[in-house]
Amino acid sequence: MALAEKTGADPLEARLGPVADAGAWAKAARGEAAKRLRAMGLPGRRDEYWRFTNPADLNAAEAPEAAVFETGEAPTFDAIDRLKIVFVDGVFDAATSDDLALEGVEIERLSAAASRDIHWARELYGVLEARGQTPVARPFAALNSATATDGVLIRVTAAAPKPVALIYLHRDTRSDAVLHHVVRVEAGASLTLLESGPAAARINKVLEVDIADGGAFHHIRAQGRDHERRAMTSIFARLGEGSVYKSFTLTANGVLTRNEQVIELTGDNGVAHVAGAALGDGKSFHHDDTVFITHDAVGCESRQVFKKVLRNGATGVFQGKILVKKGAQKTDGYQISQSLLLDEDSQFLAKPELEIYADDVACSHGSTSGAIDEDALFYLRSRGVPEADAQDLLTLAFVAEAIQEIEDEAIAADILARLEGWLARRR
Amino acid sequence: MLSIKNLHVSLEEEEKQILKGVDLEVEAGKVHAIMGPNGSGKSTLSYVLSGRDGYAVTDGSASLEGEDLLEMEPEERAAAGLFLAFQYPVEIPGVGNMTFLRTALNAQRKARGEDEMSAADFLKLVREKAKALKIDAEMLKRPVNVGFSGGEKKRNEILQMALLEPKMCVLDETDSGLDVDAMKLVAEGVNALRDAGRAFLVITHYQRLLDHIRPDVVHIMADGRIIKTGGPELALEVEENGYAGILGEVA
Repeated sequence: MALAEKTGADPLEARLGPVADAGAWAKAARGEAAKRLRAMGLPGRRDEYWRFTNPADLNAAEAPEAAVFETGEAPTFDAIDRLKIVFVDGVFDAATSDDLALEGVEIERLSAAASRDIHWARELYGVLEARGQTPVARPFAALNSATATDGVLIRVTAAAPKPVALIYLHRDTRSDAVLHHVVRVEAGASLTLLESGPAAARINKVLEVDIADGGAFHHIRAQGRDHERRAMTSIFARLGEGSVYKSFTLTANGVLTRNEQVIELTGDNGVAHVAGAALGDGKSFHHDDTVFITHDAVGCESRQVFKKVLRNGATGVFQGKILVKKGAQKTDGYQISQSLLLDEDSQFLAKPELEIYADDVACSHGSTSGAIDEDALFYLRSRGVPEADAQDLLTLAFVAEAIQEIEDEAIAADILARLEGWLARRR
Repeated sequence: MLSIKNLHVSLEEEEKQILKGVDLEVEAGKVHAIMGPNGSGKSTLSYVLSGRDGYAVTDGSASLEGEDLLEMEPEERAAAGLFLAFQYPVEIPGVGNMTFLRTALNAQRKARGEDEMSAADFLKLVREKAKALKIDAEMLKRPVNVGFSGGEKKRNEILQMALLEPKMCVLDETDSGLDVDAMKLVAEGVNALRDAGRAFLVITHYQRLLDHIRPDVVHIMADGRIIKTGGPELALEVEENGYAGILGEVA
């Protein structure tokens, strides 16, 4: 409220704006989301889960300006056979997108589906997000559900023959994008979703994923390297019995990145793996992974592997929680967050949390911060490897554990190449 | 090949003199051994030669084929032909042994202005060298030294030496932690590399390694100096009488 008094306008209402016209289901979902947001308010530094990350740039009525960063290298996932869906500054671009037709996969634009009176997505749009609001409020996700007009709705009914790739281009230095995607993986079906690119000067993105029994969802994203962009992303996933959810995120550059993942294991023997590698250089770099995994069924496995390489005053944040509900016996939960601090100015703030109400579970977590191993560095140099190369090799070795979470070898190799490129340019 | 003159070295962190005037000339084609009691400065000598941090050279010089070693970075010393087989080889999680070997070899070739070796040629070369040292494909695939036994680590050091083909090989207590069979294997690896253009400095506490790697010259080091130099018979004398006899004799 302090901000409102100063500016004279209500920042929350300024962010919400007028409700966009749509069909009955979408209009209702947006209205509900706005109501949720008004109840929780925009976040401030005093909020428990915003103590390490300043939300000011995300709260601001207008997106802070962000220069477009041009690199000469091939776009991420360029060599992977995939169905491309392109968004420019948060707006679907039909001209550069592929035909949205893929065997066993139905893809629709949110804007088209929203105008209808009834749609399968009504069971999910804003619904998984709303479930994820307890016990921790996620105001930007509610804001997204209330205001998003673009995004894709993907329904997977079989094993998708190739990945679907969402490509986010940034052209306008002032763009403020809001994208909302919904994925429904039907029983036994499977999909790999790729995401890449900076998207906009500022993006607020929500991805809701519902995986039915025996379904599998693989997600690999490379967040765009524009140095000045801000990103607030939220994934809400609900897993059915025996289903699999695996997500990997590579982040390099950017001013502010907050990636939230809220995962609910609701069926027995589900598997949820989330991993991330972040590379930050400079004081303005701030990267935050906030993960909440709920075990609400028997025999599920969850795994969190996060690695951050920080230098020249960069900041990394990890807030990871495993909640094991009463009755979620035989839970196997693992969480590791590690930072490699390449100088004394960089910092890593970690808040691992375990909350367990079942008595037959195996949960472990660990968090470390460290510098380059001097003995290993000397060993490499004594074999003739120049110091800078040796440091890069050890840096790659540090993030290797997170990259190993990517099952597809070609995609993993592509991610590795991005890392190597980033390191080479940062000499 | 290796020329050390009046080398004085102290620890950087504390006022402690470790080497107090070492003089040593190792000629091409020769194997020199340095023996000495614990704390005599043997390992410090090997670290200073390879360029490890933490030591301050307060006087004297060390050169390899006339080039001042002490002015070079560790990687430059390696490219110039110096190799240190570590007493405690370092584990590097996340870096595959093959990647490590290839990176090292190509880095040295590049530093010398040579072309990098192709992946196929490299693979062939590694397989051949590894076979002689009984290093299997599994050991090559694993991260560098991670989970290796003491013997495996030392064999891996010799494999690196065989691949990099240095001119001057310094072996720091390579026999420590080895059983007799492993020691024989390592010694065979070293002996196979003996060559008119290559020299060795074998640092050891015990005489037993020298049964397998026959030295041309043996030096006894004590309290930061070389106090006695002789032929292989000097090593036998240490074996029979311990260091006490020689130390007493020199004093």
